[in-house]
This record gives sequence, structure tokens and C-alpha cells, in this order.
Amino acid sequence: MRLRYLVPALVLIGLVVLFAVGLRHDPREVPSPLIGKPAPAFSLAVLGAPQQTYTLADLKGRPVLVNFFASWCAACRVEHPFLMQLAAQGVEIVGVDYKDTDADGADWLARHGNPYRTVIADPQGAMGLDWGVYGAPETFVLDTAGTIVYKQIGPLSEAVWRERVAPLLQGAKP
Amino acid sequence: MIPELGHFALVAALLVALLQVALPAFGVWRRDRRLMAVASSAAQTQFLLILFAYLCLSWAFVTRDWSVAYVAANSHSDLPLAYRISAVWGAHEGSMLLWVLMLSGWAAAVSVFNRRLPPDLAATTLAVLGAVGVGFLLFILLTSNPFERSFPVPADGRDLNPLLQDPGLVIHPPMLYMGYVGFSVAFAFALAALISGRLDAAWARWTRPWTTTAWLFLTCGITLGSWWAYNELGWGGWWFWDPVENASFMPWLVGTALIHSLAVTEKRGQLKAWTVLLAILAFALSLLGTFLVRSGVLVSVHAFATDPARGVFILTFLAIVLGIAFTLYAWRAPKFVSQADFALFSREGLLLLNNVFLVVAAFAVLLGTLYPLLAEALNLGKVSVGPPYFNAVFLPLTAPLAVLVGLAAAVGWKRAKPAEVWKRVRVPAALAVVAGLALPWALGHRTLLAAIAGGMLAIWVLLTAAQEIGRRVLAKRDRVQGLLQVPRAVWGMTLAHAGLGIWVLGVSFVSLYSVEKDVRLGPGQAAELSGYAFRFDGVEGRAGPNYDADHGRVEVSRGGRVIAELEPEKRRYRASGQVMTESAVDHNALRDLYVALGEPIDKARADGDWALRLYYKPMMRLVWWGGFIMALGGLIAASDRRYRLAQARETVAVRAEALA
Repeated sequence: MRLRYLVPALVLIGLVVLFAVGLRHDPREVPSPLIGKPAPAFSLAVLGAPQQTYTLADLKGRPVLVNFFASWCAACRVEHPFLMQLAAQGVEIVGVDYKDTDADGADWLARHGNPYRTVIADPQGAMGLDWGVYGAPETFVLDTAGTIVYKQIGPLSEAVWRERVAPLLQGAKP
Repeated sequence: MIPELGHFALVAALLVALLQVALPAFGVWRRDRRLMAVASSAAQTQFLLILFAYLCLSWAFVTRDWSVAYVAANSHSDLPLAYRISAVWGAHEGSMLLWVLMLSGWAAAVSVFNRRLPPDLAATTLAVLGAVGVGFLLFILLTSNPFERSFPVPADGRDLNPLLQDPGLVIHPPMLYMGYVGFSVAFAFALAALISGRLDAAWARWTRPWTTTAWLFLTCGITLGSWWAYNELGWGGWWFWDPVENASFMPWLVGTALIHSLAVTEKRGQLKAWTVLLAILAFALSLLGTFLVRSGVLVSVHAFATDPARGVFILTFLAIVLGIAFTLYAWRAPKFVSQADFALFSREGLLLLNNVFLVVAAFAVLLGTLYPLLAEALNLGKVSVGPPYFNAVFLPLTAPLAVLVGLAAAVGWKRAKPAEVWKRVRVPAALAVVAGLALPWALGHRTLLAAIAGGMLAIWVLLTAAQEIGRRVLAKRDRVQGLLQVPRAVWGMTLAHAGLGIWVLGVSFVSLYSVEKDVRLGPGQAAELSGYAFRFDGVEGRAGPNYDADHGRVEVSRGGRVIAELEPEKRRYRASGQVMTESAVDHNALRDLYVALGEPIDKARADGDWALRLYYKPMMRLVWWGGFIMALGGLIAASDRRYRLAQARETVAVRAEALA
């Protein structure tokens, strides 16, 4: 057996190790550049009350969860029962009805229940664009000063809440 | 009930596949002809079982059986029938089912067409294909069962990904998979050669048509994918160096190298170990492609379904299959060293050089594709390698290839005399230089060095390809007879090379001379691009079967003469809410005029301004024509009667031996 015929096998071993390491990373976990920065400003109508506007100032003063959802989003259905549970525990969640029609959004909330203290209508996705949202659901955790302390891409779950979000909120209490 | 039958058929197929591995392998070891013969019937049975399972899943789609989770996730009651049938391969589970269906189909084809192979070679080949089948069937049954039921049954499906609701995408994945999976046959032949230790001209002749057939499907698949991206993504691009595109391109490059090195192995009995290595590599890269697409290790615009558990399975499978293959290679390949001397200035020498360029190009693409992963593993952060890297590395590698294609055809086997070769190539070379210089000017473009070089290479490849046929015709006194006697293999090669020339021409001109413009237009307003006036005639709402569209109208004219009425659309699919751009294109051989509808700028008014994207793309069509002509060349070459005759002749020889 001559050594150069072993080269393909050695390259293979290298690649397999590389992939095994690569598989342990989550490709969707792109760190948000907004973490530790003040939340971007916005001014949008409240769902179902077009004359009433909601702005960044309304989010300040207490820790709050900002959850981007939509009636067209399947993963939001998965996340929804957990949000209901959080709301029942007294956690304040502000919903953003993202790239959705007001009628569809309201209909969806009426059908499945409303965990949100306030729902902001963002039919064009303008707020989502400023906040760096690239799909629903995404959840931002804001401290009392309106600084983004955490961002969850994809559904919020019990485990994520316990390990990542709850500790942050302990420290953020006024 | 029917989905359960399909599931059961898959389990049965797995058992048959296990038999297809074990019995023939035992038979080869004990030299038992009857056990070896089991391989053929097992391969055919396995194919029928998987076909049955596939039809069961299709039936669930056609009858809108939302109780099957996969159907509910990828279909909708409003989805047209054609898309309900193609939705079977619209996501992960069904794609994998299509994959094993094709794998078993290729194995069944080997068992039918190669009845004349030496029995031990046939048995080993089919056993290897069976082993690959075992891996993929286990993968489906353990991690991605398409027949899984879901309760409660949803009221309606979630609809097929709108990206996939396009005729181009209906045929693109099956073509691509046929190519990927087709390389498994060359792989199995290579392993059989390593196991038996016999690798001769006959082996190369058996392997060639299979390889060419797989290659032609892959060529078609890649070309269709490019065409689809161009029409559907609305960016006017036709190749993005996306990981998933690269995943199909790497096996293509190595497969092309394999086709040429097989020619050397058959004609000259050389490069044997190299040929075997390429056959393993082509399939290895196909498996790698599956792994990259299905595991989610790389982020890509194509990443449909990603799941780490599946990634671990495929990675393990890949490590086992290729580990065995490369170990066998390291152990047995040193036996295949040929004694004959090898001159660099000969056809085989130039083909080896062509192989080196192709494999280096494939390696460069692999490096660019995996670099982000490597950087992440070493904690260098998230990086993405974009088109600048690929273009910078890839183009310098393809230019010499185009020179070689023309030269190799003019150089004879064994040893060539430079003076004779020069006599053959000087006319096409001179014509290529003149035509290359004249082409940008004749078509009214600015003169760019790169365009001249591209034009020269393209004309050179085209002329030398035609010369091959010309020489054969002129060699005969009766010219018509001469033309008729040109074997299909030569026609195929000529066409494939001509396709390459056309492709080079298209790529050079479209990448250098494309013009694009983003404009804001109100109804009745016009914009000018490369001498064409695009008049926007407004947008109206239209309802499709499962989407609502903004249907735009753009009239294109040149010098007052109307050339085309383009109707780009923006569709919003009702079930998923996703928005898709349907661009509109007017094309002829020399240029494409492309319009994509952007966003309405003035939303309050129905007749407000819209953002539009306009493109002028010279010779865009040549890129795809080139691809399809290459594939056609492959088809003609693979159907050469030499392959069939050779088999018949060998059978006679084998029979005579048996009688003696």
C-alpha cells in the first residue's frame, strides 16, 4: 500500500470532523447587532383602533416582551399556547401583527385567544425592517430603559424562557 | 389505509435491499452463480416496492389526504393538480423518497441492461447499489417518514412553497436527482472493480454509457435550475454560487472529468486508478450535496427543511460509505498501475490536463462552499463567501479548459507531432482570433478585453468541434456516406463541445454587457434602457387559483416599433401569505428584455407609481442552450451502438470460453 493512495481517506476524515463540529452550530443563530442597544423608534396604529398610535415611549418604564407574529405564520400557532401561559402569569407582551391585514390578525386573535396587552399593526413590515426581523415569530426582550437585552428567533419555548429570558428579567425589574 | 401500505412497502423494500447486499456478496465469495443471480431479481423487486410506495404518497397528494402530515404541510385544496403531483418532492421527506426511487430505478436498469456482464461483476455492482439503498431507506424510515399521520386532521393544507409552484421547478429536482443518483452506478462499478481487482477496457466500456447518462441528467438539472432562478427570483441573475447550486455543480465537474478519463482508460488502458478515484469522488460529492442541503450546516436561500438529527444520520452514512470506498481504494488501487508509457503531448496527456483543471475547479468550489463552516469551527465568526471569490477562482480555471477542448480533439492518441497538430489547428485558431475581435464590435457593444477573450475561446471551441466531423467526412470519397458513418459517440462529443462553446459565448457576453435599471414609473410613463423604451401601462388585480396577483403591463418598443408586451406579476399566495415575483421576459438569440415588478410606491392610489426593475441581457439564452446542447450530446453519445455491440461480442467470447 503506497501512501499517496491514502490521501482521499485522510481528506475524508478531516471533512467528517469538520462537519461533525459544524452540525453542533445552529445556522439560524445569527447574533442580532441590536442587542444592548436602544430599541429603534416607531409610531404605528394599534390593531383595531386605527386612530390610536403606539410609539417607542409606550414601551419604556417596565420590562416588556415584543413579539412579532402574523395570522399566516404556522410557527406562531406553535408558540401561541406558551404566550397565553406567560400572559396568565402577568408577563406583559406587546404583539406586533407583522405583514398581515388587520382583519386577518384580529380574526386570528379572536379564534385562538389574545395573550397581548397591546397589539401593534405593522401591515407593511416597516417596524420589522427597522428591528431586523426576518421572519415570524421573533421576540425581543426590552428592559425598563427600552434597551433590547435578548432576541429570540423562532418560537419562544418553556426552556428558552427558563434559561435565557427569565434571568434577564430578574435583573431588569425596576 | 393507503399511506400505511406505502409505509409497509418501504419496510419491505429495506428487507429486499438487505438481501440484495448479503446474498450476492456471499455468492461472490463462494463462487455460487445462483446466489449471485439473486442480485438482479432483488434489485427489480426493490424498485417495484419503492415505486408502489411512491405512488401511495402521490395518491395521498392527489386525493388531498390532510391526515398525512407531509401532505398537509405541502399542499392545499386550491393547489392545481399538476402541482399536487409535483408537490410530492416539494419538501424533504418526499424528495428523499424520490431519491431512493431513482436509486432503485438505476439499479433495476443495471440489472436489466447488463445481463451480459460477467456474473460476479454484476453481482458486486448490484450489491453495492443495494447497500447504498439500505442506507437511504433507513434514513427515510428512521428520520423522515413521509407517511406519518397527524391528529387532529387539519381542515386544509398549508400549501406548497410558492417558490416551487413553477413549471421549471416541477422538472428541475427530478433531473438533478437522476444525475446525482446516477453517479451511484459508476461508483458501484468502481467498487466492483476494486473488489475483484479486475479493471480493463471492457470495464471502462460498461461504465461509460452509465456515467454519460447520469451526467446528462445532471447537466439538464443544473441548466433548468438556473433558468428557474432567473424567472422566479426576480433578480435577473442566473447563477448565484449558492451552496446548493455548488452542491450540484461539484459532482458535475468531477463527472465531466470522469467521462474523459474513462475514455483514456478504455482506449489506452491508462489512468485506471485515477478513473476509479473520480468515480468514487463524483458519487461522494453527490452524497455531500445531499448532506449539505438536508442537514442545514450551511445557510442557503434553498434551505427548505433542515434538521440536525438528519444531518447526523447522513454524515454517519457518508463516513461509512466513503470510508469503505477510500480504504478499498488505498488498498487495491496500487495494483492498477499501467505499464505503457505516457506522453504529455498526446490526446491522453491533454485529457489528463483537462482532468486536473476540472478537479481543481471542483476543489475550489468545495473550498468556497465549506469555508464558512471551517471559519465557524475555528471560531473566526460567521463569514460568507460570495461570487467575487468564485468568479476570481473559477474563470482563470475555465479559460485554459476551453483551449484544451479544441486542442485535444486535434491531437492523436499515443504520441502526436506538434507540426501536424499546428497544421490542423492554425485555421480555426486564426478564425477564432478574427471573430473574437470582431464580435463585440459587430454586435454594437463596447470593446472589452474580457469579451474578446471569451468570444475567441467560444469560436475556437465551436470551430474545432465542427472540424472533427469535417475531417471524418473528408476522409471518405463519398461525402454523404462519410457523414452517415460518423459514429454517434463522435456526434455526441462534438455536440457537447459545441454546447460548451455556446455556453462560453453566452456567459462572457451576459456577464459583461448586461444593463439593469431600477425605475419608478407611473401609468403611461416610460423609461429607456439600451435603446429600448419600456412604457408602464399600470397594474390591475387578478386572482389565480391559489393566489392573488398584481398584474402589470409593460410595452417595450424600439424606435417607435412595438417589440413586446410584457406582463410581470407579483403574487401573494393565500394560504401562506408569501409573496412571489413572476418576472416577464422577451427573448431572442441575441438578447433578453426582462421586467420585474417591485413594490407600489404610492400605496394610497390604485393608479400610483410602482418600482420596476428593467434588465437588458445580451445572449442570455445561449447560456441555457449551451447547457441543453451539452446534455443532448451526452444523450447521443450514450446511445452509441458500440456499447451494445461490444456487450454482445463479449458475451460470445464468454460463451466460447464456457464451452471450451
